[in-house]
Amino acid sequence: MTWAWANRDQLAHLLVSHLYLALMPVLFGIVVSIPVGIMCVRYRWTWPPILSLTSIFYALPSLALFSVLIDYTGLTDWTVIIPLTLFSLSVLIPSVVDGLRSVPPPVRQAATAMGFGALRQVVQVELPLAIPIIIAGLRVATVSSISLVSVGQLIGIGGLGYLFTDGEQRDFPTEIYTGLILIVILAFLADGLLVLVRRWLTPWERARSARDRRRVFSAAWHGSRPEGAT
Amino acid sequence: MSYFSIAWQWLISAQQWHGPDGIPVRLAQHLAYTGIALGIAVVIALPAGLAMGHLRRGGFVVVTLANFGRALPTLGLLVLIFVLTSGSAAAWLVPLTFLAIPPILVNTYEGVLGVDADLTDAARGMGMTEWQILRKVEMPVATPLILLGLRISAIQVVATATIAAYIGLGGLGRYIFDGLNRSEYNVVAGGAAVIVLLALAIQALFMLLRWLIVPVGLRRQAQAS
Repeated sequence: MTWAWANRDQLAHLLVSHLYLALMPVLFGIVVSIPVGIMCVRYRWTWPPILSLTSIFYALPSLALFSVLIDYTGLTDWTVIIPLTLFSLSVLIPSVVDGLRSVPPPVRQAATAMGFGALRQVVQVELPLAIPIIIAGLRVATVSSISLVSVGQLIGIGGLGYLFTDGEQRDFPTEIYTGLILIVILAFLADGLLVLVRRWLTPWERARSARDRRRVFSAAWHGSRPEGAT
Repeated sequence: MSYFSIAWQWLISAQQWHGPDGIPVRLAQHLAYTGIALGIAVVIALPAGLAMGHLRRGGFVVVTLANFGRALPTLGLLVLIFVLTSGSAAAWLVPLTFLAIPPILVNTYEGVLGVDADLTDAARGMGMTEWQILRKVEMPVATPLILLGLRISAIQVVATATIAAYIGLGGLGRYIFDGLNRSEYNVVAGGAAVIVLLALAIQALFMLLRWLIVPVGLRRQAQAS
């Protein structure tokens, strides 16, 4: 604690750059995923190739990508932001597609019957209903991104990851602890914030989830009747 | 496409395929780190996930562990253990195993928990013991999710084993670190290509495994999800 307090200026600086490196990819990711996801649901044949592409993105090792990009983008923030954007796409595109597909057909039919055009239907009806699933993906993407930025430190651009390499070189565990704790706190804060955003954006879910809980509870209740009872 | 030609030149030059710094040796080390960490993780997480799923308990523990595992930076854990054990060569084992546990645990738990209650009720009605229900009903039905968990773990561990080279160990990460330190970009490019190919090969292997292992009756369902 003493060490962290004494170095608070440096830590604040690293924290800001860490957040920037971690959140830009998620921002780019969501901006790309929503139109791509809409396309995959609307033109079904585009989904299998894009799904394979996202599973390839997912498998790419971050350090390998960083080092490949050095030749193109040099030692700039983009060398870390571009690979992390690919990872966030691998989580976000499937969740946008799952979210849009979770919209019940009667809802879609009702929107059509009310005279909604294709674009308005997607923007005003389907996307809002897909928010819970999209935000679930956003939470995974954000937390992974915050944690992964530190690997960028191995090529010199890694926000709080600096505390790991510096702590290792100076043989100073306190510095490493500080980095670990700050990153985990940052990830949990971002995660909690997204839960709040979801509640704020989907007020109708609150009523429904209470009802679902009751249904699950009663199902569990019936499931747990004593053996041999008829 | 300068990257691809540089990587290709490096890959086909004969000297990369021999000696202690050759691709076969580095690949074997890399696979050893991955295999050992994954093996330990399976021994811990698979029985735990099966038990918790069967007993329908511990959901909170599973979710918390999954979130924590995702948030904890592996590089930080690696250097911390390395420094705390004053430079132990086995420092890679803990972070890689810890990385591998949550996906296996979560998916095994979810897989068993998601088995239709009608199926287990029927099995119980037929007089199966709890062990038989787990072994003959819940495990086969949960196979697609269990395999998914193993695949996610394997991919993450293979990708992350790269950073073991940071604390002076072997594996394919050596090429990246040595190349960066000596400013030999072709080594970095070639090493990165081998790692990417390995990760994609593992991804493909699991797709094949799913096709081979998942019971025929479940395949359509598994593909739909």
